[in-house]
Amino acid sequence: MGPKPHEAVRFLLNGEVVEARGVDPTRTLLEHLRGDLRRTGTKEGCAEGDCGSCTVLVGELDGQGGTAWRAVNSCIQFVPMLDGKAVITVEGVAGAAPHPVQAAMVEHHGSQCGFCTPGIVMSLYGRAVAAKGTDAPINEVLAGNLCRCTGYGPIIAAAEAIPAEAAPEVADQLVGLRREVMLDLEHADAIAGMTRRWFTPQSLAELAQTYAARPDAVIVAGATDIGLWVTKLRKPLETLIDIGQVAELKAMTRQDGWLRIGAGVRYVDALETLGALYPDLGEMMRRLGSTQVRNSGTIGGNIANGSPIGDMPPALIALGTRLVLRRGETQRTLPLEDFFIAYGKQDRAPGEFVEAVLVPLELGGAMFKVFKLSKRFDQDISAVCGAFNIQVKDEVVTSARIAFGGMAATPKRAAACEAALVGQIWNPTTVNAAVAALAGDFTPLTDARASAAYRALAAGNMLRKAYIESARPDLATRVPEAAAHG
Amino acid sequence: MADSASSQNTLGVEPVVFQGVHAALPHDSALRHVTGSAIYVDDLPEPVGMLHVHLGMSTKAHARIVSMDLSAVRAAPGVVIVLSARDIPGENDVSPVIHDDKLFADGVVVCVGQSLFAVAATSIAAARAAAAKAVVVYEDLPAAITIAQARAADLTIEAAQRMARGDAAVALAASPRRLQGTLAIGGQDHFYLEGQVALATPGEGGDVHVWSSTQHPSEVQHLIAKVLAVPHTSVTVEVRRMGGGFGGKETQASLFAAAAALVAVKTGRAAKARPDRDEDMVMTGKRHDFECAYDVGFDDTGRLTGLALELASRCGSTTDLSMAINDRAMFHADNCYFLPAVEILSHRFRTHTVSNTAFRGFGGPQGMAAIERVMDVVAQATGLDPLLVRQRNLYGGEGRNLTPYHQTVEDNVAPQLLSELAASCDYEARQRAIDAFNATSPVLKKGLALTPVKFGISFTTTHLNQAGALIHLYADGSILLNHGGTEMGQGLFVKVAQIVAEAFKVDMARIKLTSTVTDKVPNTSATAASSGADLNGMAALNAANTLKARLVEFAARKWGCAEADVAFTPQGLRAGAELVPFDVLCRQAHLGRVSLSATGYYATPKIHYDRATHTGRPFYYFAYGAACSEVLIDTLTGEMKVTRADILHDAGRSLNPAIDLGQIEGGFVQGMGWLTTEELVFSSDGRLLTHAPSTYKIPTCGDRPAVLNLALWDAGRNVEETVHRSKAVGEPPLMLALSVLSAVSRAVASVADHKVFPDLDAPATPERILMAVEDVKKRAGEC
Repeated sequence: MGPKPHEAVRFLLNGEVVEARGVDPTRTLLEHLRGDLRRTGTKEGCAEGDCGSCTVLVGELDGQGGTAWRAVNSCIQFVPMLDGKAVITVEGVAGAAPHPVQAAMVEHHGSQCGFCTPGIVMSLYGRAVAAKGTDAPINEVLAGNLCRCTGYGPIIAAAEAIPAEAAPEVADQLVGLRREVMLDLEHADAIAGMTRRWFTPQSLAELAQTYAARPDAVIVAGATDIGLWVTKLRKPLETLIDIGQVAELKAMTRQDGWLRIGAGVRYVDALETLGALYPDLGEMMRRLGSTQVRNSGTIGGNIANGSPIGDMPPALIALGTRLVLRRGETQRTLPLEDFFIAYGKQDRAPGEFVEAVLVPLELGGAMFKVFKLSKRFDQDISAVCGAFNIQVKDEVVTSARIAFGGMAATPKRAAACEAALVGQIWNPTTVNAAVAALAGDFTPLTDARASAAYRALAAGNMLRKAYIESARPDLATRVPEAAAHG
Repeated sequence: MADSASSQNTLGVEPVVFQGVHAALPHDSALRHVTGSAIYVDDLPEPVGMLHVHLGMSTKAHARIVSMDLSAVRAAPGVVIVLSARDIPGENDVSPVIHDDKLFADGVVVCVGQSLFAVAATSIAAARAAAAKAVVVYEDLPAAITIAQARAADLTIEAAQRMARGDAAVALAASPRRLQGTLAIGGQDHFYLEGQVALATPGEGGDVHVWSSTQHPSEVQHLIAKVLAVPHTSVTVEVRRMGGGFGGKETQASLFAAAAALVAVKTGRAAKARPDRDEDMVMTGKRHDFECAYDVGFDDTGRLTGLALELASRCGSTTDLSMAINDRAMFHADNCYFLPAVEILSHRFRTHTVSNTAFRGFGGPQGMAAIERVMDVVAQATGLDPLLVRQRNLYGGEGRNLTPYHQTVEDNVAPQLLSELAASCDYEARQRAIDAFNATSPVLKKGLALTPVKFGISFTTTHLNQAGALIHLYADGSILLNHGGTEMGQGLFVKVAQIVAEAFKVDMARIKLTSTVTDKVPNTSATAASSGADLNGMAALNAANTLKARLVEFAARKWGCAEADVAFTPQGLRAGAELVPFDVLCRQAHLGRVSLSATGYYATPKIHYDRATHTGRPFYYFAYGAACSEVLIDTLTGEMKVTRADILHDAGRSLNPAIDLGQIEGGFVQGMGWLTTEELVFSSDGRLLTHAPSTYKIPTCGDRPAVLNLALWDAGRNVEETVHRSKAVGEPPLMLALSVLSAVSRAVASVADHKVFPDLDAPATPERILMAVEDVKKRAGEC
């Protein structure tokens, strides 16, 4: 007798239903494709979601009777995350003849060694079928696809030559894969000497109940971080709870002056709304990760993992965001900055999880600026990320919420800097004093991304830039945009 | 239309028109690349029972191994065999030149990541988990991580080398003006998208077949034979394609291939060794980082009168190819410039870091970076435009054509390239516009620079300049082409196929390109030094000509005409009044008992070199190019964008303009990465901290200049008798990116109105740029 339906992962691969039985729940989609399924067109370049060679398209029901497609890095997707979804790999793109994406790549000499090419084909195919996050300049769509040979020009030329087309529609098949009972997997890991469990609750109540019963479980949202715990840190995870099927966590609503973003909302689904509210936040989010990462990663995950270098927390803290936590039936709300206690330590009780964030819908006329500083513009982790919510009335600073990432062991407000501004005339003297006060707020570290001295200098200069931009709106002050606009 | 017609040729569709050399054909594997059907080593079906090999690594930079207890490794689940130095039947040696790279450490470790032992298990996860159970006790030894530490400890891989012409000291003393300065240049990881990998299958009688992702199958073969103590004939190494090489698979593949081969032979099971990205970056060598110090004499016109240059490099823990790499740095410390009196002193420091290795340009880029910095410094000091200073120092004119190594430059096209590019990119007007912009822009500043490239073509180790090829004509008229060169994406296979298609005047579709394998063409050189098409193309042409001669002789006999009346045409062989389709010709020749298989061989003429005196003619010819880059920097954050680049490059008579343009753009962007965002960071105890793309940042799509005007130089034609008068194009374009570093320096200098020159080291990360801005402001305030 085979396993019960809720013990096997089923998904569509290039239109055909495949069933994974007895698979290790922390096996990645890439390993599964290249191994058991012998689809070797999809390549492993880094196994951490940074190079895009493993890009595939994943489709799921869009809630309106259709299929929503998105490009993801298959190297950091766990197989059970695909349950009930559709996957298209490079082998599934061509019909009898090469697909126009493939023909364009050949015609424009878009491949040299060819190893990154399947991933690039998938990103461009996603763009052709208007997959999520592809309504953007080509540089942005391809920021997560590294090519070491071509210098990218021929790929850009190919991209520009590819016509749009209708996306494959597989909603009927996906409906057939929908499950009523929570996915519940068990796998004996002989190497780690443990039995691994995986749960995919189908509702908020089921999640709350499952997590309360297993407070040591790891919660998986997009796996853009937890994927690396497995592929890089080789951490044997015992129990995992996937929140990807919890509809309540995917909602984004406006209420009482707040934008409530469910913990399961992916960056790609929040970007437009947040960018419309706060353009600088949108610009930063466009440079956060890559299309593939934003198509998987969630804002809730970026907070819950407590990373000192996550880019969302400083911006959200400066905005005055509040965090909604839940444990069983109990809910509580706290200012986001209070969640981060110390490196690796957050204000989260056992069994408690991030349910939503509440972002203010307006700042009463305050300026809001975000500066993300990294070695490379696109798809790089910040050396410093600074966010500035400064209210100036009649030339006097009436309020200031300033937060930085990369400057301390947690995302943190710059209290001394804020104090040096509030009540003072908004002028270079005040700004210089506030910059000097930063030394009291932070003692940054030197690491592979930047030196302490650079971090300190750049953090101060960000405030200087915020001032210059408010005093001299006519000046070009930002390299990426100035370069883009010529 | 030409492009789509040509793409049909490789898609197996009937060709529209004949296309041979000089046609912009797509890469032969392009359709396979885009459909995911191109097979790389890790894509091959895995033989039943195949083992996964993982290498246990040193965690110390320099230490004595007091004890290594592997009993827990052997006992771990899934483990089949564990091998260390004592299990090697032959020599413990996987090094290319000097016997100092070991398969497994023996007694002492000399860098973090050095291979200690191999564990083979039924899965890679089991092998990795098992390796973590090794108990290694070390006794620390003094470690030199940086060039400065090695210099202080006087650790070198060989004696300092001196290249000189004239008396630099006397010339410097007599120079009207004189300046000293330094430039540090960071290393670079290859970041081929396909990592190192080898799959070994045991044969009978101790034989082994190894699929390896390598640029140098012959060397991998020879080293495996040495490790296994078997003759070369027992080992076959094969490579169809690499997912990128860039020099990183010239010597670095041997370790993994030898480990897999040893496991296969010991267990009788197939074995695959494939480090993951982090392991690959930690364990394999990179581009050498350099510290350069110059003492330059010049006059008020900007002309150099004397130069003393000291180059110091971090070679890492073993010799590898560092001697030749540092030699090439010296060979390129002149770039395009005549140095009236020059002394170049090159220090090759041994450090306890991974052994640095070949990387596109092979030391040349570092030497060239030094002289381009000198040009910028002289321009700043004289107040002259940097392009004018460069032009005034170019080779050319009576008595101004002798290089520091006493080779006469006979093919100098740099003056034309520079003036043509300066005109086409509107250099002068843009310099003025940039000065105006900078005067009114307090935060953002621009910089513009135009720099030339002259790159010597030939292996400087003379005997490596040889190649072999093998062509079979089958009786159905299909052509099997094989040669010693390897395909890593550079388009070598399609170029050589074009040469053969041109020789027989046949469609490309008729030619089958086959994997490079040591039992078809033996004793090959690495596909390196940009030499692939020059050497293998000529060898293939010679093989084709041998076959053509046989066919011409046969056709004259068969169809009763003079040999002079036999010609290969796109329609078939014309023999007097007969027109014989190629397949009919092959069938008839077979029936006529003509040998339809031939080898071809080529050795580069004219070259010689005396390493003792560093004089001779190491290069058959030079490849040239020029680039003009414009950058925008943020003086508050140090962020930088290359906003425009214009490139004019001399590929001689290009064998395939599409492939060559691809090499030029790819090389330029890769060079940009080296000089801007790609930063290798080692901890003080010798651990590489930037060992994955999360921390090591190669250029993305958005880093490519929004405006990038590329052109092959129309007038290009090799003065030497290379294959179809083409020029090598693999490495030279990387150095076009030096224009970016110069442009950034200029943008930084503008914050103090060019009063002082910024000591901007490479890579010019946002941090280095911001710190240079601060430094320039401070120094300008002081003067």
